[in-house]
Amino acid sequence: MQRRNLWLMVGVVALAVLPLAIHLPGTRTDFGGSDDQAGEMVEKLRPGYQPWFHALWKPPSDEVESLLFAVQAAIGAGFVCYWLGWSRGRTDGRKGREDAGA
Amino acid sequence: MHIMEGYLPVGHCVAWAAVATPPFAAGVRRIKRHLEEHPETKLLLGAAGAFAFVLSALKMPSVTGSCSHPTGMALGAILFGPAPMTVLGGIVLLFQALLLAHGGLTTLGANLVSMGVVGPWVSWWLYRGGRKLGTSMGIAVFVAAMLGDLATYVTTSFQLAFAYPDPVSGMGGSVLKFLGVFAVTQVPLAISEGLLTVLVINLLLENSKPELRALNFISEEVSDATA
Repeated sequence: MQRRNLWLMVGVVALAVLPLAIHLPGTRTDFGGSDDQAGEMVEKLRPGYQPWFHALWKPPSDEVESLLFAVQAAIGAGFVCYWLGWSRGRTDGRKGREDAGA
Repeated sequence: MHIMEGYLPVGHCVAWAAVATPPFAAGVRRIKRHLEEHPETKLLLGAAGAFAFVLSALKMPSVTGSCSHPTGMALGAILFGPAPMTVLGGIVLLFQALLLAHGGLTTLGANLVSMGVVGPWVSWWLYRGGRKLGTSMGIAVFVAAMLGDLATYVTTSFQLAFAYPDPVSGMGGSVLKFLGVFAVTQVPLAISEGLLTVLVINLLLENSKPELRALNFISEEVSDATA
């Protein structure tokens, strides 16, 4: 199972890294966000389109934005790993008690 | 899949919010009832929400030379059913709309329908269907997570095409244009989401058997010896 999980991780990393080298012909190479590209598409379909509402608050710089994205990922990963570690400890503890009682 | 703030006409914003409200309310009720019946799965539900938090923060490069992110909705949908994921998806979308100017309050309804309703339901149905047809758990989880992720982005493309039909080729042409932006980019990411969801399910099968049994994800008979 552990080897299988390792291959799953290798697959994810490969899928994230390979597109940096190989991409479909005729596509862009700036690696911008697809959300922003959809916005550009709206402006192409409706020339002169102005968004009628703006975000109440925007991260003041790319650095602050990347900080907040990292915080979001850290909170998520932290909690997922807390669960995985806690349940692993529970299993080990149970095994330990069984060994002691046997 | 985030439609940006102010990028849908007012009528569409209101309509999508109206569509999203009943499943959101049903999700809240579902979570309440679930936690009353199975309080021991509370932390695991939190972990499923946290998985969506991580995955939707990871903007990954794709073969179209642009970046997008997975949604992480399938894991929770497979374990807890699709209804609670509408609520968890809503929390993720609200966080990103308020703190990251990613998505938006006016487009929250539309984004919730694609990420919090369509994605989880597609994943749940595919997982259930796959298992009924005798597919192995790993394959069923992979297909459910991958296609649920893709379904979210296809939904976004249709939502934008409804709002902005192409002046020449109509709605069909517009759908193709937005699918070009979202769906093609999403293919490798959807595969990644499938692989990561299988990975987490594998880890849960090692040490979270009591909770998985409470959720009826694995049957009662599975021995406790390895749990």
